[in-house]
Amino acid sequence: MQIELSTPLSIAQLAKLRAGDNVAISGTIYTARDAAHKRMAELLQAGQPLPFALQGSCIYYAGPSPAKPGGVIGAIGPTTAGRMDATTPLLLQHGLAAMIGKGARSPEVLAAMQQAGAVYFGFIGGAAALAAAHVTASKIIAWEDLGSEAVRELTVQNLPVTVLADTVGGDLYKSGPAAYLASRKK
Amino acid sequence: MREIDVQHITDAVANMCIQANQYLPPDVQTTLHAAQRAEHWPLATRTLAQINMNLAQAADKQLPICQDTGMACVFIELGQDVHLTGGNLDDAVNEGVRRGYTEGYLRKSVVQDPIRRGNTGDNTPALLTVHIVPGQQVNITVAPKGFGSENMSRIAMLKPAQGREGVVDFVLETVRLAGPNPCPPIVLGVGIGGSFDKVALLAKQALLRPLNQPSQTPYYAQLEAELLEKVNQLGIGPAGYGGKTTALDVAIETMPTHIAGLPVAVNVSCHATRRASVVL
Repeated sequence: MQIELSTPLSIAQLAKLRAGDNVAISGTIYTARDAAHKRMAELLQAGQPLPFALQGSCIYYAGPSPAKPGGVIGAIGPTTAGRMDATTPLLLQHGLAAMIGKGARSPEVLAAMQQAGAVYFGFIGGAAALAAAHVTASKIIAWEDLGSEAVRELTVQNLPVTVLADTVGGDLYKSGPAAYLASRKK
Repeated sequence: MREIDVQHITDAVANMCIQANQYLPPDVQTTLHAAQRAEHWPLATRTLAQINMNLAQAADKQLPICQDTGMACVFIELGQDVHLTGGNLDDAVNEGVRRGYTEGYLRKSVVQDPIRRGNTGDNTPALLTVHIVPGQQVNITVAPKGFGSENMSRIAMLKPAQGREGVVDFVLETVRLAGPNPCPPIVLGVGIGGSFDKVALLAKQALLRPLNQPSQTPYYAQLEAELLEKVNQLGIGPAGYGGKTTALDVAIETMPTHIAGLPVAVNVSCHATRRASVVL
């Protein structure tokens, strides 16, 4: 079963999700990875506005390959989210509602997510051509100098993701392997 | 003495950068499809189906399989009876990488300085390894390597007394620590022996061996099988969501070492283990 969600994401919608749920996301999401997170943290600490409104927003940890002429976007799979852990609690305090990435998060991020009512979604790492097929529009909205790490506003249609960490402490990276191993012992 | 213009090396490297990033080698494709059929855990089956759909999508749209089109690891076996003309080898290889990554719309993921950063803009320099071998051929392999998995690789200088068991424990610990980060199902290149520097290269070279082609040394073929079985009992599964298929294969390369040492290196590769080869 697949749950369909559209942006902006509401705290009430996110609260219903549980680790392992399959979700299709449609609407506007923003790419940001290492270098953009560094700059966003600096802006927030200086009390300056960000390139996009954080409240209810969804960040995709991704840096695409270049689009071919006439193409919307290149390959665009997720990067390892853990590298953004240091700045994520700050973004969550300022309204970030969801993240899409791959890989484990720190206990600090998982705790900050629960406090903020935010959700961490997973897209399969390396399935970057598949992700591109769900992107219908893309434009760079900040920091073009960062190349593939620039902040992009993406319009996505039914991007298939899985809930990795939910608002009540559920963590698929723990519960998924544990449930599989338990099934083998039966 | 055979003369080869380095322009041919540039052309071959450029082509292989693009090919390797759009199409997985047949052995990796076959293994991924077999893994999908062998999984019965629902989330694992679904994940492998998406990984295989991605391969079809990349081929159909001529897009990179993964947006991390990697650093270009280039391995050249240069016949000692070959005379290269028209320029120097390093420049020729880097020009091939520059052209392949630009003309192939591949991501430029290389920074000039490890601490001060700064993208080089064309994915150069390549990571070039050259071996001089008998004969008058040039064998070139391009293996683009993403850093989601490279970052999960580890090296250890074990004590000789730790022996086989120590190696097994270190490999399993490496996979456990990596968890979902290196994009499982992974491929493990394991180097054993040599010195601190050589063991890491052995591990990388182990990743160049086609999957399901065991070591020619029965002792190590048996160790590869044992490691694969143990890794796949960890339950990490495709994408780390749980399941049987944590690794597709384990390849071991060894060399003699010092009486006081047992170096071990584990180079982790993702499900998009990419490589292309050509003989000039």
